[in-house]
Amino acid sequence: MLETAASKAGTPLVEVSHVVQSFKKNDNNRFLVLDDVSLSIAEGEIVGLLGRSGSGKSTLLRIISGLVPPYAGEVKWCGEAVKGPCKGLSMVFQTFALFPWLTVLQNVEIGLEALGIDATERRRRAEQAIDLIGLGGFESAYPKELSGGMRQRVGFARALVVHPRLMLMDEPFSALDVLTAETLRTDIIDLWTDGLLPIKSILIVTHNIEEAVLMCDRVLIFSSNPGRVAHEMPITLPHPRDRLAPEFRELVEDIYARMTNRHAPGATPGQGAASHDAGLATALEPVSTNLMAGLLEELADAPYNGRADLPALADGLNLSADALFPMAETLQMLRFAEVTEGDIILTPAGRAFVEADVEPRKNQFAKQLLGHVALAAHIRRVLEERPSHRAPYSRFSEELEDHMSEEFAERTLRTVISWARYGEAFAYDEKTQQFSLEDED
Amino acid sequence: MFLPSAAGKTTDPGRRPLVSAFDLFAFVLVFGLFALFTQGTQQTLIPIADMEQVPISLSPWALPEYALRTTLRMLAAIIASLIFTFAYGALAAKSRRAEMVLIPVLDILQSVPVLGFLSFTVLFFMNLFPGQVIGVEMAAVFAIFTSQAWNMTFSFYQSLKTLPRDLEEVSRSFRLTGWQRFWRLEVPFSMPGLVWNTMMSMSGGWFFVVASEAISVGNTTITLPGIGAYVSTAIAEKDLVAVGWSVLAMLVIILIYDQLLFRPLVAWADRFRFEQSAGAPPPRSWVLDLVKRAHLFRLVLSPLGSLFRGAARMPLRSPVPVPHHVSRAWASRPMDGVWTAMVIGVALYGLWLIVSFVATEVGWREVLNVVWLGFLTLIRVAVLIALASLVWVPVGVWIGLRPKVANALQPVAQFLAAFPANIVFPFAVVMIVRFGLDPNVWLSPLMILGTQWYILFNVIAGASAFPNDMKEAASSFHLKGAQWWFKVILPGVFPYYVTGALTASGGSWNASIVAEVASWGNTTLRAEGLGSYIAEATTAADFPRITLGIAIMSLYVMAFNRTLWRPLFTFASKRLRLD
Repeated sequence: MLETAASKAGTPLVEVSHVVQSFKKNDNNRFLVLDDVSLSIAEGEIVGLLGRSGSGKSTLLRIISGLVPPYAGEVKWCGEAVKGPCKGLSMVFQTFALFPWLTVLQNVEIGLEALGIDATERRRRAEQAIDLIGLGGFESAYPKELSGGMRQRVGFARALVVHPRLMLMDEPFSALDVLTAETLRTDIIDLWTDGLLPIKSILIVTHNIEEAVLMCDRVLIFSSNPGRVAHEMPITLPHPRDRLAPEFRELVEDIYARMTNRHAPGATPGQGAASHDAGLATALEPVSTNLMAGLLEELADAPYNGRADLPALADGLNLSADALFPMAETLQMLRFAEVTEGDIILTPAGRAFVEADVEPRKNQFAKQLLGHVALAAHIRRVLEERPSHRAPYSRFSEELEDHMSEEFAERTLRTVISWARYGEAFAYDEKTQQFSLEDED
Repeated sequence: MFLPSAAGKTTDPGRRPLVSAFDLFAFVLVFGLFALFTQGTQQTLIPIADMEQVPISLSPWALPEYALRTTLRMLAAIIASLIFTFAYGALAAKSRRAEMVLIPVLDILQSVPVLGFLSFTVLFFMNLFPGQVIGVEMAAVFAIFTSQAWNMTFSFYQSLKTLPRDLEEVSRSFRLTGWQRFWRLEVPFSMPGLVWNTMMSMSGGWFFVVASEAISVGNTTITLPGIGAYVSTAIAEKDLVAVGWSVLAMLVIILIYDQLLFRPLVAWADRFRFEQSAGAPPPRSWVLDLVKRAHLFRLVLSPLGSLFRGAARMPLRSPVPVPHHVSRAWASRPMDGVWTAMVIGVALYGLWLIVSFVATEVGWREVLNVVWLGFLTLIRVAVLIALASLVWVPVGVWIGLRPKVANALQPVAQFLAAFPANIVFPFAVVMIVRFGLDPNVWLSPLMILGTQWYILFNVIAGASAFPNDMKEAASSFHLKGAQWWFKVILPGVFPYYVTGALTASGGSWNASIVAEVASWGNTTLRAEGLGSYIAEATTAADFPRITLGIAIMSLYVMAFNRTLWRPLFTFASKRLRLD
């Protein structure tokens, strides 16, 4: 396993060694979420955990904070084994997680209440944190009355007021619109570089590549299913960083390329196409057929003319990398496109799809679906073999649950149902929970 | 009580007049209530013998005091219910093993007819405080409590089970103690549901307070001064005018309760709604505004409020931390086995107790007969719910689709649901007697007299919430007549209807105990059914038969819920939800 470099500045704040996390599926099987993850965080650095949704990075964050115990492995906080929620550590949440019934001031004070700090001191420190984060004047407002950006500022103030040594951020900007996120991000970086934040280090979980390059001193790239640290990348650009600088773009491109080669991280691109096929155990991403068609059409048109750089395409479509990846991968799985070195290329099948009308499109979609998605082919075969040409939902969900969690199995089946409905490969009746060859109505 | 904490900050006390008109009003309100309260409670401490010397007066001037006594009983019951809710709900939500037992028990308690075991509790509390009024008072309060506590507890438990994950993580990562977590997260989060259920409980409770103030178990006849006793005296003396007065008094009390307690509570609890965006206009209450504006209220309440807030903030935790190996052993699988064995053992013992107790008097033949009586009552409930639905669903839809009419009539429907129908029973009984009608048929409507309104106001709520764009879509495609009813509006209000009908049917089972036997002076009318079986066993103090009757009725209610309402509920929430 890739061991991340311990920093130069003395004892690490956090040491994660060989952490494994898994959830119980049934009596004999466990579903692996994190596989042998080791890392350390030193004082004075911002570390980014970058990965796709479902790569277990948020789970890792919760293990580090002591909210969730790992299945195996060890986490040390300031040299001591973590047994529960740690002191000196606070968290900023993606959903803000503010108490709607408390005012801004009361929300910020809550961490201090738990420490048993008396009322005057509590008030003083809370006011201080509120002013620092630019919330002065909003003390008596309720979260309901605030915009998303202001709510997250409350989240930051609440995390800062306890003067934690490490601040954990779980996708803190991803629920905000682009402009608000940018302002808040810049404010936080400015406060950090000016040494105004009463904290030693930051660990940020994100799926936004540019955000990671913009903020972090070190980025750990996670691979999915199960989550592993696939790469470690130090980022030495001085703050403030310029998104348009060539060095910045280069780093972003590099990370894009590494993240699209998910099956064999670090392997040379252009590997055999067969490895993109979805085996029976592959969890499918719920990408709608409308989105696929839209992306294929965009790709076929100028200025891309069949080949696009993924970061550029994401920018052009106003999509985050996290939204684009599953779409690109689904197209690759269905052989409508090919993804290599951070580029996406239309295949002949993809071009034929774009040029066809409604009915032929459906036929071709069905062909690609049954040809390259094992689950779809499997369901179709079972339906053909049975004299009744019907099979219950549970027939397949139970099979899938041998390979993945119940939640993923459900999502995968729902996805394959919606794809099959579009391609008219087989039908599904929600009321009776039955698959069948033909739609009866 | 909680206090609106923003109240102290929004206005600057220095710039206001010393005494405002609000203050004067507030002063009268506070001290008037205080005086009444003292008078009402004093009389609970006298011996029963003294009370029996003062017969219930049918003068309308005696009514305000009776009304107050009744109201205080309600208040005591609601406080007891809240305490029970917090303890029972929290225990069930936090301990997996407790949950295993407590939740099914609660489910059963919910379907036990409250009036059925009134006789047990009266006896129990009278023996607890022999010869004192307080025993009887407690029995009455307990009866109301049993009609209120279960759904409040369920609501609290449900809220605790659905705490938002991120807020739970915040409280844990900031290391809030259990005490802080309870008052800062769990109670506030469950507040909207709890307030709503308390309101529903309260509106069901008036029925039981009226029924429990005048009850006879064998030779003991208990009349607690209150509206219920007033009505039953009026019935015994065939005084229809007095019944009319009590109807009026009840109307006034419910109105006051709504305005002084529940409006403010609902308006205040609005801040606890979890949705972060501002949606519909927040509920308002003039009383809450008054409380926020009047100096005097703040003077009296703000020390209480800060005391409470201070207490909620204290980082209390258990002084002795549980050693790691003890908690692990406690959570282990063998302990689960031990626990399960204990639960099964206790359940078997309980079953044996019941069977042997009932078998002292009752044979198999009678058990079968009671099941048959239950079937008769079941038919009454089913037919009545169906009839009420046929009437009130179209009416509710008509009202709900017209916002102005709905705004005017919705409070009336809720009010009618709260009104204890047993007060107006005498009017119906007089009619039946006068026209010589068959009680087997004509007593039945009494069962649904008070509960049909639940169907009405839920359907109104559903129709008002029906999305405008769907209404427009339906009219732009010229959907009319049967097609409009069956494809558009009925599926739209169905989830609301199920809620209303479920409440109505539960209430009707309960009401059967007082509705299947009704009297006017010396005339007693009786309908064949499980309700009259239980009522007669109660009058005869025949405890094995009461037990049998309650058990059978509970089984019927549970079977009815499981086979009809629960599947409908699942269907409605899965297929017909509009959000």
